[in-house]
Amino acid sequence: MSRRALTSLALHAALVAGAVVTLAPLLWMLSASFMTTGEANASPPPLLPAKATLAQYRELFVRLDLGRSFVNSTVLALCAALLSVVVNAAAGYAFAKLRFPARGRLFTGLLAAMVIPGQVAMLPVFLLLRSMGLVNSFAGVILPGIASIFGIFLVRQFASSVPDELLDAARIDGAGELRIFWSIVLPLCRPILVTLGVLTFLGTWNDFMWPLIVLTDDAKWTLTVSLASLAGEHVQDTELMMAGAVVTVLPALLLFLFLQRSYIDGITAGSIKE
Amino acid sequence: MRRLSSWRAREARAGLLLVAPGLLLLALFLALPVVAALLLSLTDFDLYAIGDPSTARLVGLGNYARLLHDPVFWKALGNTFFFVLVGGPLTVSLSLGSALLLNHRLVRFPGLFRTVYFAPVVTTLVAVAAVWRYLYHPRFGLLNAALGLLGIGPVDWLGDPQWAMPAIVLMAAWKNFGANMIIFVAGLKAIPESLYEAARIDGAGPLQRFRSITVPLLAPTFLFVGLTTTIGYFQLFAEPYVLSGGEGGPMNATLSVALFMYKQGFRWWSIGSAASIAFVLFAVILAATLLQRRLQRGGDA
Repeated sequence: MSRRALTSLALHAALVAGAVVTLAPLLWMLSASFMTTGEANASPPPLLPAKATLAQYRELFVRLDLGRSFVNSTVLALCAALLSVVVNAAAGYAFAKLRFPARGRLFTGLLAAMVIPGQVAMLPVFLLLRSMGLVNSFAGVILPGIASIFGIFLVRQFASSVPDELLDAARIDGAGELRIFWSIVLPLCRPILVTLGVLTFLGTWNDFMWPLIVLTDDAKWTLTVSLASLAGEHVQDTELMMAGAVVTVLPALLLFLFLQRSYIDGITAGSIKE
Repeated sequence: MRRLSSWRAREARAGLLLVAPGLLLLALFLALPVVAALLLSLTDFDLYAIGDPSTARLVGLGNYARLLHDPVFWKALGNTFFFVLVGGPLTVSLSLGSALLLNHRLVRFPGLFRTVYFAPVVTTLVAVAAVWRYLYHPRFGLLNAALGLLGIGPVDWLGDPQWAMPAIVLMAAWKNFGANMIIFVAGLKAIPESLYEAARIDGAGPLQRFRSITVPLLAPTFLFVGLTTTIGYFQLFAEPYVLSGGEGGPMNATLSVALFMYKQGFRWWSIGSAASIAFVLFAVILAATLLQRRLQRGGDA
């Protein structure tokens, strides 16, 4: 065997081993979710169900009403993604292309504020929402997270590449600034807006700490909060918990698979220095 | 001339109008709360004060002083540092290792492997933490079954205070390495292939090429990844929350600073005290950021 073939073999062996280890927890989750109650609690643990059943999923949706949490998570993530795209696109475009007073200083301020960890603001934000009557409401979950410094940066970077001539031509044609933003800039920035939308959707879908704090009424819980509560009450019901985990993880994974390009662009865009 | 200046005015108006929603939201939900948190951390704001804020009293730096004498806080800080100092390097090395493998020119289907390695990143933390909780089960868990095949005795991963934090580190490394990997791959792709060619012609071996081309050119990416991982890991919360049923046990072995803050603030409603914890966390993260920026500047020089 040539040296090249040996290298290639070792390389692929390592990659496949890594892939197996990476996927094992997810595959086991999927497999255990089709087992009958108590089946997974054996030693050694079974890798596949003796006879696949949807009983756990039925239990989740029929008796435990997880469908409601699923709808809540979907609605919240969609609203957050839409609002975040509009708000951050507007600010990002303005910082990139429009001259207005204090633009530089405002932008430097945003840069500096990026180091503030979210936890610092949580307590006062909770008190603020409480005084606004927004505790235990969907608005309380998404409102604090709509404007994002990262999102503004992402759009600003992309919008800088929109040619000034195009904007000036529209101005000469008599288009108003808002009209230019809406019908020229937004369509041109579509790729980055999709990225931002996907990132926000998944961020909201996966978020746990904030909905846990804000939502007190279990009818309004998101999937993550419901799942954590189930994990407390049904700690012995491995198979049921795995079905719940599948219901929570699968939509996020599918969305990622379909929009992989946009998602990965967003992650790498943050790392590129100006 | 008049037309130009009226254009400018319109542009300025539009600019302010477009940044306004974002900046107002950030002011309301970030700037104002940070200032408020600082003030709260100087008071004994508690459950009664939520109903009637006038009952809160200024206690100066009392909350901070109490923290310094609270062994539970030190435990939480120690746990968090353990997570950052052990979990951070572990995650970043896995990321770099997998990126180097993926970027090798002999690899077939790099896109497929990339997708697989990245999958844990998009999964929901609460859900996969529930999965890992069963993988870590001392009797029925897959991990102990696998270790048993290697002749390693059963470990009570989440029940033994000694192993609980390493268990969280392991899960976090699995969940997060793919994100950094993507960034490393982008960094590696940006290194011109011609440099490697030239070095090969000059007779440099693979190790030497790695040391004198890859390492220096990847340094900025490395520091970016190190910084974001450090900042993220200092905010450890959901992993111990789910794996320990919201308590940070056993015996506070997995209590992180953020979880401690959550318990103080949102379970016991000692908001003043919780705010001081948040600010200590902020200070620690800020110090770590400045330290790494300085290292970066030292590296560039």
